Amino acid sequence: MKNSVQRLGNIAIVGLKAISRNKLRSFLTMLGMVIGVGCVIVVVAIGNGASASIQSTINSLGTNFIMVFPGATTASGARLFTGNSNLTPDDGEAIKSEAPDVAYVSPQVRTAAQVIAGELNWGTSVNGVGTDYPLIRVWNVAQGDFFTDADVKAAAKVAVLGATVAENLFPNGNAVGQIIRIKNVPFKIVGVLERKGGNMMGQDQDDTILAPYTTIMKRLSGKTKIDMLYVSARSADAVQQAQTEIDSILRQRHRIGPGQDADFQMRSQEEIAAASASQMNTLKMLLLIVAAVSLLVGGIGIMNIMLVSVTERTREIGIRMAIGAKGRHVLIQFLFEAITISIVGGLIGVLLGIGSSKLVAAKAGWPIVVSVESIVLAFGVAAFIGVFFGFYPARKAARLDPIEALRYE
Amino acid sequence: MSQPVIEIKDLTKVYQMGEVEVRALAGINLLIDRGEFVAVMGPSGSGKSTLMNILGCLDRPTTGTYRLDGVDVSELNRDQRAVVRNAKIGFVFQSFNLLARTSAIENVELPLLYGETGWTRAQRDDAARKALVLVGLAGREGHYPSQLSGGQQQRVAIARALVTDPAILLADEPTGNLDSHTSEEIMGIFQELNDSQKTVVLITHEPDIARHAKRIVHVRDGLIHQDERIRQHRVGARGIAPPVIAVAQDRS
Repeated sequence: MKNSVQRLGNIAIVGLKAISRNKLRSFLTMLGMVIGVGCVIVVVAIGNGASASIQSTINSLGTNFIMVFPGATTASGARLFTGNSNLTPDDGEAIKSEAPDVAYVSPQVRTAAQVIAGELNWGTSVNGVGTDYPLIRVWNVAQGDFFTDADVKAAAKVAVLGATVAENLFPNGNAVGQIIRIKNVPFKIVGVLERKGGNMMGQDQDDTILAPYTTIMKRLSGKTKIDMLYVSARSADAVQQAQTEIDSILRQRHRIGPGQDADFQMRSQEEIAAASASQMNTLKMLLLIVAAVSLLVGGIGIMNIMLVSVTERTREIGIRMAIGAKGRHVLIQFLFEAITISIVGGLIGVLLGIGSSKLVAAKAGWPIVVSVESIVLAFGVAAFIGVFFGFYPARKAARLDPIEALRYE
Repeated sequence: MSQPVIEIKDLTKVYQMGEVEVRALAGINLLIDRGEFVAVMGPSGSGKSTLMNILGCLDRPTTGTYRLDGVDVSELNRDQRAVVRNAKIGFVFQSFNLLARTSAIENVELPLLYGETGWTRAQRDDAARKALVLVGLAGREGHYPSQLSGGQQQRVAIARALVTDPAILLADEPTGNLDSHTSEEIMGIFQELNDSQKTVVLITHEPDIARHAKRIVHVRDGLIHQDERIRQHRVGARGIAPPVIAVAQDRS
């Protein structure tokens, strides 16, 4: 037993020496594994980073968040929006007073406008919302105050600026108390919002102006319907229940019988998160397949080189067999060589993958999450590829006839 | 008299070449005793290569028995023959067959890697060094085949054949790639090894080389045509004995 272990060790060393005798070729073969494994690690890191950052933007939407849109869902699930909204501010009021699981409701009306402040101007979106809006979005005022219920009731010409708008119109930072003109209507700035960052689509959420929805409807757009309702449930567990309540209240108010297509639609934060997670998974899968293909190509490279090596070293194999190497000794030698190449290549690939992930994170500013699973997976696959693609050439070597092999030129 | 090292009875080898059967060996009987120096001669196509393959346990006879060192090896499978080759046979080939880019000492150690006895690195080194001394290559352990002359390479090959202390040395045209002067030196080494009771079987088609043996077996058409004991042509007598002989004599 001890003898055969020792012998195996010796034969393994023979395989190692073969690698060092052909340094350039071994290195090039390894390169396939290095790139394959490195690729898997970088790709998974980028995928994980992207999904983590999307998750955090979804969380930044608000808490226990439900959006109610006008428009119907057909049987096929496609959302139809004909342009005529049936949602009114009164719907929002009704939901807030009648649905026990709803904590906050804010209507939203949206309009785009060129905003002028003194010499400067800035094109942005102007959103008419209610006073619950900052509570739903968990979005605090950095300077000044949010407008009040009295402002909403009176359709007061007051506005709260997003951080980006404030920066562009008031580079000196003294926005509160100033007057801006939106479509020639003067608004007094009562507050500036804290910075929120980009949303899922990468749009700057701070590039916005908030004003009472009543003001926007009466003085800017002239619309009587609203674009959507932001609703916040009392707790995460109450989101489902709140949706049911909103559904029945709106059906009653819009006189839609049960079973008929509704003229509104709801999306909860969880649904958005789930949808984006499934999109992310598709993307991650795609990236992983590309990486897996490169690993496979690396493996075929190993097999190719090993086959060339077996042919080239036919005579060596003949000599070894003549002086007493058994078929399995030759098999082990070549298999060990292939496995070593793939494992060493895999190790270098792991280091390179971690390194490039860090580099991408630093240079491109992408969020990167290097996962232990991807390292273990890539490394395991590399070792498996070594065995799998090394076995055929090794067996071919082991089955050579020593007489033929010795005669090989 | 102890039992013969090689004992061959009614040995035949038939190759199937498509439709045609080729009888390479047609019934060979041969006894070789311990300590003999036998040259097997024959023109190409005589069956001498086939005989050499079977003697070297590289191939199996179709019929008949072959006892090597008291053991019937005619029915052994691949792996069993590998073990026999490793332990009982020392091969010396025409084209040296050393591993390139592998030092002399590593080449000599090679058979010990595959032996049934586990050798430590130190033991292997020691055995290989001794074998290299025996062929007069002390001090060349670290040289690569490309740094050695043809004669030196063949000496490394002989050292490799000796390192497991085999029952027979089987040399297949060992001087075929060497000039006549170097050939004499190599034959001198074989004679010296034979003097210390090593059994040597030499396969050759050159009468000049065969006369260094003590017995010549002529093979023709797959049969032993003639088996003669000869007066050995001593290399030492010609005064070109390589230093190895002095070393070997010192040892005995």
